[in-house]
Amino acid sequence: MVKCPENELIKIEKGELLSKCMELKKSGLRFSQACAAFYEGNYELSYSFADDQTYEYKTLRLTAGLKEEIPSVTDIIPTAVFYENEMAEMYGVKINMISLDYKNRLYRITEEAPLLPKEAKEAKEEKSAAQGSEAGKEEA
Amino acid sequence: MSTILNFTGTLLKNLVSKPVTKNYPEEPAVYPERSRGHIVIDVDQCISCGLCVRSCPPRCIKVDKNEGTWTINRFDCIACGYCASKCPKKCLSLVPGYQKPGRSKAAVTYKKSAEVMEAERKKAEEMAQRKAAAVKAAGEKKAAAQTGGQAAGAAAQVQAAQAQAAAPVKAPSENQ
Amino acid sequence: MGKVSVVPFGPQHPVLPEPIHLDLVLEDEKVIEAVPSIGFVHRGLESLIVKKDYNEMVYVAERTCGICSFGHGMGYVEAVEKIMNVEIPARARYLRTIWMELSRMHSHLLWLGLLADAFGYESLFYHCWRIREQVLDMIEESTGGRVIFSVNKVGGVMKDIDAQMLGRFVEKLGDVEEQICAIRKNFLGDRTVQMRLCGVGVLTKKQAHDLGCAGPFGRASGIATDMRIRGYGAYADLDFEPIIRTDGDSYARCACRIDELLQSIDLIRQAAAKIPAGDLSVPVKGNPDGEYFMRIEQPRGEAVYYVKGSGKPYLNRLRIRTPTFANLAGLCETLKGADYADVPILVLTIDPCISCTER
Repeated sequence: MVKCPENELIKIEKGELLSKCMELKKSGLRFSQACAAFYEGNYELSYSFADDQTYEYKTLRLTAGLKEEIPSVTDIIPTAVFYENEMAEMYGVKINMISLDYKNRLYRITEEAPLLPKEAKEAKEEKSAAQGSEAGKEEA
Repeated sequence: MSTILNFTGTLLKNLVSKPVTKNYPEEPAVYPERSRGHIVIDVDQCISCGLCVRSCPPRCIKVDKNEGTWTINRFDCIACGYCASKCPKKCLSLVPGYQKPGRSKAAVTYKKSAEVMEAERKKAEEMAQRKAAAVKAAGEKKAAAQTGGQAAGAAAQVQAAQAQAAAPVKAPSENQ
Repeated sequence: MGKVSVVPFGPQHPVLPEPIHLDLVLEDEKVIEAVPSIGFVHRGLESLIVKKDYNEMVYVAERTCGICSFGHGMGYVEAVEKIMNVEIPARARYLRTIWMELSRMHSHLLWLGLLADAFGYESLFYHCWRIREQVLDMIEESTGGRVIFSVNKVGGVMKDIDAQMLGRFVEKLGDVEEQICAIRKNFLGDRTVQMRLCGVGVLTKKQAHDLGCAGPFGRASGIATDMRIRGYGAYADLDFEPIIRTDGDSYARCACRIDELLQSIDLIRQAAAKIPAGDLSVPVKGNPDGEYFMRIEQPRGEAVYYVKGSGKPYLNRLRIRTPTFANLAGLCETLKGADYADVPILVLTIDPCISCTER
């Protein structure tokens, strides 16, 4: 009675995230996990859904830039709260409107985004500094 | 189907039977043969290759080739046995018996015996001599090729000269 | 309407072996809201992936948890083997299965003891741990460690259980089975235990599904999912059915885990009868390249191991999603509407393993 279908990886765009999650949830899949990774200068976010009858495993893969803001899926999947907080804290992913935002206090650590490589962290800070100065000029 | 006091039988039995626990430390603890207690080294077999240093997950091993020592910080060691499986001479092994607690972390150093050190030094000298002879021979060959007057031969000669010069020149520059 | 007050629960609490903090919003004696917060024992094991090569990382992965350590090692190793396309020898697959089931037994017996302790049944608590000791002895004899096995490596296993030792284990497991049947009566047939567990913290099948509950916690609510069906290790050759209860209360969770103990013994027997002779490992060449989500059934439920490599000895990412992390949301849901006095039992029924949650 072995059921071991291949894992499925679905690449999606940022705009599709909520609708795809909704679709998978509606089709009766169980939300299994979400995680972030950093690969070649971009975030790779994975949202996985498991089918408990067929043992299929579908993963939505979203590639996002360092400064991109990602919408939260917690409105559709309340369980995702912990996963999204973890992503935000470990990798510094900007996630908007998490239903229960721990504000980088899910894990009690002092370092910001500890899993992000140093260069990426610097690049991120530089970008935000540049943006900040531009914004300052505009205001002036 | 629910009952009450259904554990009483077991309790009474336990009350009169002899204890399952051991009277440690009066009775010594017996470890099974495979017990991963601590790492021991047959230091005279060690060739100071440093594979154990590089493979150790908590990085608790240090090797000094010149001094002929092998140092382990037993308080950091996780007794995983990866060093023992990597050792090319199989001179490391995991044996039963746990590390004793202490007031502070301390490293233990094992030194090769004087005879082994002497033998190794002689071997190294021999190797160095052989190498020097080989380099010299190669240099002569290249010099012979250079007499052909080809550009490539000249380049090779420059290389050979560099290789020969590198060893003696480098040492004093480091001293400065 | 009664008076609303907030009571902090944990991180230090007599029933909790590990630190988790809950802010319980109470209305008189009823819990109306629970906000968990973790993070007291975060160690950053996942970040070590950039410093240790994929072989060394096995030992780090194993140390994620002190109870289900073998499972973490196995999950990681199977994931790496999958992306490296390594086919391990059949004997290694069987040995991994046997050790996995022994590890499940010791985890469940530990949990049963803690549960008995939570509802104030000290003698049953000690009795469970006495049985567990025999399982630990078997583990120590075959692997050399009581909790950290360190027998897995990418490409197979490092130690063998020979026929003689295996025969002895199977014989000993017969004794253990008898003892487990006896405590099964103590747990499931005792009126005091039933009064403490029946109808407490009910989670319906729909709720459990929506909250993404895993393992015995989900199976007690009727979710028929058991990752062993996926047939990793030697589970494909063994005959078993997931153990499901439909009541969804604490009693069902307890029953589920006790029955899984007996199932584990049965699985070890089957594996011992079918184990083929052969090599323990195959040599592995090259570096992992690619990514994979490996799911295995830990004692606490579905654990996900995500590995991503890019052809270097150092993997790019290792992510361990532990079952307790998935069950936290379920825990908060069961706590809503529960009596304040039942909170310790409800926290225990998800079999919380906080250090593996935080890694």
